Amino acid sequence: MIEFFINGFLVFLLAIIAVIAIKSIKIFTTVMLAGAYSLISAIIFVSLDAVDVAFTEAAVGAGLSTVLYIAAMKHLPKRENIVNDNSIPALIVCIIVGCLLIWASFDLPTIGDVFSPIHQHVAPYYISNTKADMGIPNLVTSVLASYRGYDTLGETVVIFTAGLGVFLLLGDNSGQSNKDE
Amino acid sequence: MNRDPILRVCTKIIVSPIILFGLYVQFHGDYGPGGGFQAGVIVAAGFILHSLIFGLSEGRRLVSQNLNVIIMSLGVLLYGGTGLISVYLNSEYLNYSVLAHDHKHGQHLGILLIEFGVGLTVAGVMLILFHLFSSWKGEGK
Repeated sequence: MIEFFINGFLVFLLAIIAVIAIKSIKIFTTVMLAGAYSLISAIIFVSLDAVDVAFTEAAVGAGLSTVLYIAAMKHLPKRENIVNDNSIPALIVCIIVGCLLIWASFDLPTIGDVFSPIHQHVAPYYISNTKADMGIPNLVTSVLASYRGYDTLGETVVIFTAGLGVFLLLGDNSGQSNKDE
Repeated sequence: MNRDPILRVCTKIIVSPIILFGLYVQFHGDYGPGGGFQAGVIVAAGFILHSLIFGLSEGRRLVSQNLNVIIMSLGVLLYGGTGLISVYLNSEYLNYSVLAHDHKHGQHLGILLIEFGVGLTVAGVMLILFHLFSSWKGEGK
């Protein structure tokens, strides 16, 4: 029962933050509210026992992306242009999609259901063999780093490629390439 | 650069604990929540805080662009290289069990190494993203 109230309160906070962020005209306010939104999501992940995800959400969503937005704000005007088009069709589409998503959520297995498909596939193997295979207590690390090492290698390469792309586009190559132009 | 003495002094005090916490998350990823990705982000956040307060040129002096690219490349190389070492020791790619005499120790060592690779890459990429985006002067130049 208490869990229901905590989760309800957190979701209520999320909704309020989202509405204020959409309504606010100052870009700085919106950026700060986006950070707060991530922090509340991180708390929700903690209450779902997903501490690793919560950690990532707090570090990346609330911390780093807020800083990147602030750095990007220097290139933007201080206030948004107010556009007054109360688009009725967009509202209708949003309501229909929202109702469909809520309807679809009735088919989701309840949280912690042992017989849901996700707990029937490879998860039991990881849970019962991590201790014997690696001898480390954190299951998430064992799956991420060893059982699914290829996936993590791919993710690392993706991040590396993103950084390299930004470096090649915006990096300081004033020495040679400018002479060519 | 920010001239506010409170911000400057607080930043000087707080940057090193942030980086220390990043290292803690990095090397305790197999015991507690976190790991290379989160640690990389935290360490990068420490450096970004330093750049925000003391200015981009000061941050560049600390970690130059070339060093930054080297760090993020080293991460991927360390990850891939760990896999190649296990191939060299007559096992599958990224099978860490052969890295030490006991297969548990091998797994432990392998996980530490590849998590460190992930951390290096993530920290380097996040730092270079921040530096390049905030020093970008727009299309007109």
